[in-house]
Amino acid sequence: MAAELLRESFSLQGRNFDKAGEISGRIKVILRDLGIPAATVRRLVIVAFEAEMNVAMYAERGTLTFILTDEDICLEIQDEGPGIPDIELALQEGYSTASDEMREMGFGFGMGLPNMKKNSDEFRIESTVGFGTAVFARIGLNSHG
Amino acid sequence: MKLSEIADLLDCEVLVGGEDPSMEIEQVVASDGMSEILAFARSKELMITGLTNIQSIRTADIAGVSAVIYCRGKRPDKKVIEFAREKRIPVFITPMVMFDICGLLYARGMKGVS
Repeated sequence: MAAELLRESFSLQGRNFDKAGEISGRIKVILRDLGIPAATVRRLVIVAFEAEMNVAMYAERGTLTFILTDEDICLEIQDEGPGIPDIELALQEGYSTASDEMREMGFGFGMGLPNMKKNSDEFRIESTVGFGTAVFARIGLNSHG
Repeated sequence: MKLSEIADLLDCEVLVGGEDPSMEIEQVVASDGMSEILAFARSKELMITGLTNIQSIRTADIAGVSAVIYCRGKRPDKKVIEFAREKRIPVFITPMVMFDICGLLYARGMKGVS
């Protein structure tokens, strides 16, 4: 069993483009200061940033938890939002349900979830339509994806 | 190419100066889609975009690019410039459009990331 070294949870505000991404920037600094390799930090913060943007774009609110162990870093993002009816479709590059407003912000081109999956060693989404979505991502400390 | 040479070539105005204007740039990511930048940047590239909101700098920071050039003369607001300064990301604006910028840089041997 991996030993847990650090666990932190952050609340995410839904429908707030301005703040979205702030937490990922903070996590980047925390992990860099802990001496985690830059390539691993990069993959992790891309997952966190895309997740934050998804909560900002679609959900009312959410939480993001990151857990550092001696083997890996895990991210758990849970939101209260509309949910994803077809997860397989949502994971296809180019598929998007974004509004014009989201696209004007530079997001919603159908690459967010694929980017998250690509940068994770393990990636799961669970969603209930009308309630919300939970995303779990794991990145090994020794992987270079 | 050196970052300073690129800034001259593209007739850039400096909004946030970098610590090392002679920094060598080899690759470029150019898009208004931030997820596209995140998908292709491998770190240290030059980022060219027409998106001037705070998310452009957050993306630049997360992707680890070396500098940001805003095209079409689009000017970010003060809060965005301040944030870039805090993150130590050099920022420029050029009046040129994305197509011309990419063409000029490609002709000088710069490559995209794929």
